[in-house]
Amino acid sequence: MTDTTAPELRKTLDIGKILKDAAISAVVALFLAVPLLGLETFDAGGKLGVRTRWMWVVIAIACVFFGKLLMNVWLSLRPVKTKAKVVNEASVRRGQIIIKALSFAMLLFALTLPALPFSDRWWIDNGITVLIYIMLGWGLNIVVGLAGLLDLGYVAFYAVGAYSYALLSTAYDVSFWLVLPVAGIMAGIFGILLGFPTLRLRGDYLAIVTLGFGEIIRIVLLNWVSLTKGPAGIGSIPRPTFFGFPFGRTVPEGQVAFHQLFGIEYNPEHRLIFLYFLILALALMTNWLVLRLRKLPIGRAWEALREDEIACKSLGINPTNTKLTAFAIGAMLGGFAGAFFAAKQAFVSPESFSFIESATILAIVVLGGMGSQFGVVIAATVLVMLPELGRDFGDHRMLIFGLAMILIMVWRPQGFMSHREPTLRLNSGKGA
Amino acid sequence: MSLITDVAVKDPSLTVEGLTMRFGGLLAIDNLSLVAGQQQITAIIGPNGAGKTTLFNCLTGFYKPSAGKLTFHAPEGDIRLEKMDGFKVASKAKVVRTFQNIRLFPKMTLLENLIVAQHNALMKASGYTVLGLFGWPGYRSAEKEAVDRARYWLDQCGMLALADEEAGNLPYGAQRRVEIARAMCAGPRLLCLDEPAAGLNPTESQELNKLLFRIRDRERIGILLIEHDMSVIMQVSDRIYVIDHGKRIAAGTPEEIRNDPVVIKAYLGEEEHEELPPEVLADVGGELGAHHD
Repeated sequence: MTDTTAPELRKTLDIGKILKDAAISAVVALFLAVPLLGLETFDAGGKLGVRTRWMWVVIAIACVFFGKLLMNVWLSLRPVKTKAKVVNEASVRRGQIIIKALSFAMLLFALTLPALPFSDRWWIDNGITVLIYIMLGWGLNIVVGLAGLLDLGYVAFYAVGAYSYALLSTAYDVSFWLVLPVAGIMAGIFGILLGFPTLRLRGDYLAIVTLGFGEIIRIVLLNWVSLTKGPAGIGSIPRPTFFGFPFGRTVPEGQVAFHQLFGIEYNPEHRLIFLYFLILALALMTNWLVLRLRKLPIGRAWEALREDEIACKSLGINPTNTKLTAFAIGAMLGGFAGAFFAAKQAFVSPESFSFIESATILAIVVLGGMGSQFGVVIAATVLVMLPELGRDFGDHRMLIFGLAMILIMVWRPQGFMSHREPTLRLNSGKGA
Repeated sequence: MSLITDVAVKDPSLTVEGLTMRFGGLLAIDNLSLVAGQQQITAIIGPNGAGKTTLFNCLTGFYKPSAGKLTFHAPEGDIRLEKMDGFKVASKAKVVRTFQNIRLFPKMTLLENLIVAQHNALMKASGYTVLGLFGWPGYRSAEKEAVDRARYWLDQCGMLALADEEAGNLPYGAQRRVEIARAMCAGPRLLCLDEPAAGLNPTESQELNKLLFRIRDRERIGILLIEHDMSVIMQVSDRIYVIDHGKRIAAGTPEEIRNDPVVIKAYLGEEEHEELPPEVLADVGGELGAHHD
């Protein structure tokens, strides 16, 4: 091997070092494999017996040793890539065109999904879930991606929106369309409430407080039984109507059902398809709002705040207002999504708003690439659909999910979309 | 010499009276008084740890001074800077500063950096975001004006060709100039520069001098300058204050300062003065006087 390699490569191929490295890995594997693979417990007539499987241990160690050996050889022989510091303008443009085309294709797919021949209940149902997470991801993107405020309690605003709709619609029979803005405003107010005490905090400290805030909301919902019915949750929440025309086989006297309005056969999937388009519209509205805000002074101030708060102050930007608007608008979008969630499920309970939801939404933003709208779509689809598609793997489902997450972060530590497109350009014609 | 009165400054833009800043037991600034003139470049020099940056932090609202009065003489009336919130010093009094360790927004382009500096005007033009959201024509024209101002200042500091580059990718000297351009976009009435020549090579340093003159003479605003680089100080300053251990030890024109024995002593330290070989003393004296022209 050493004779055939090119002279400049021979320098980097240190056999002794590679063998030593592989041997160390093999020793680590030995320690792990003996208890994990080498010993097997079995039921020996009501007692616990232990069998040994030394062959498995040998195979595992051999796999690790030769695997590590081959990996090191490959790593030292592969041509060294010089890190291109200057990003090729043309390739960036090409990437943008591809993203534009992809976004358009995805939008087309999303719009026509219910009409596609293969689409059934499963597709629409998961489509709705993915879209909820996309909307939440876009909302959180304002707070985390643009303003750089690490928020681990975003689910609290989702909960406020959901309970706003659940309580108002069950207690006062207010229609979905009226409650939707109210839910958003309520969540926005809670966003400001969270914003005030955390104004001076950044990074880890802010993350801890927001984490606590998320838990406070959940625990209040759990314990304020007279209002929220506690862990039992609120059921039979009215479903959204088609602008006043309810979905249902039979409707109360004096009302016209959706299928009667259009003179078509009753189909329970109508409601689901309507919900799908409703969340699609809400998500697209969110996207429009975030893209638009980013190009306005407020959006640039958010990004500037993420980059350097002290510099912002020195330029006369009020950091308090800037942070609070980021919290409030991000929370408002979460509230909209929450109201939709309550309407879709017709049931809310504190269980749906645990920390894992906040973590998932944050993972979507980080995995997508902080601040990237397109990245959120990809990440939300991956994160929601991966566990769904993995159902065939049974118990190994979450293992595969975790492995996929690790691989994605190794492959793209900056998230799927790490390129930041400037909000405006001076030399726009150049290089196109 | 150090007792020189500030009658020399006829038309003050900023008056600092009895400024004292205490951090626990440390007295960073001790009863400091100085005056910066309108359309003048006023330099503040002094050894490391003399309290120069602390003075800037008090002036621009980052620190609340323990005692003293900081008065900015605006056309609409006097403004007491020490009573203002940090960001209001820039937005209301329009006293804008730069930083010793450059604080650009590294992931944003140069143009965006300069647009962010015009935040308050643009915010108003966008109807506090509501009108701007729907593309109100008034906002569009305001944004166009902001871009034009940014273009002008990028041109002034010679960075126009790199307007769409990320600020963090630029070399050090370029970042320094862009930071000044960004401060100018905030529409200052007094510009405070904290060591703008630090880390610049001689050519860049010369360009900086030109930029400072242009700001003083064409924009007609005063500049308050902290600097170590004597080639900049001696060439551009209309007036120099020397600070040591938080106290003012000298004030005057560049010529007066250059020959002031108190200043030379402060720069070398009293004890070392005796021990230093004569050639070092000559060196320092030479540096202070190098730009006698």
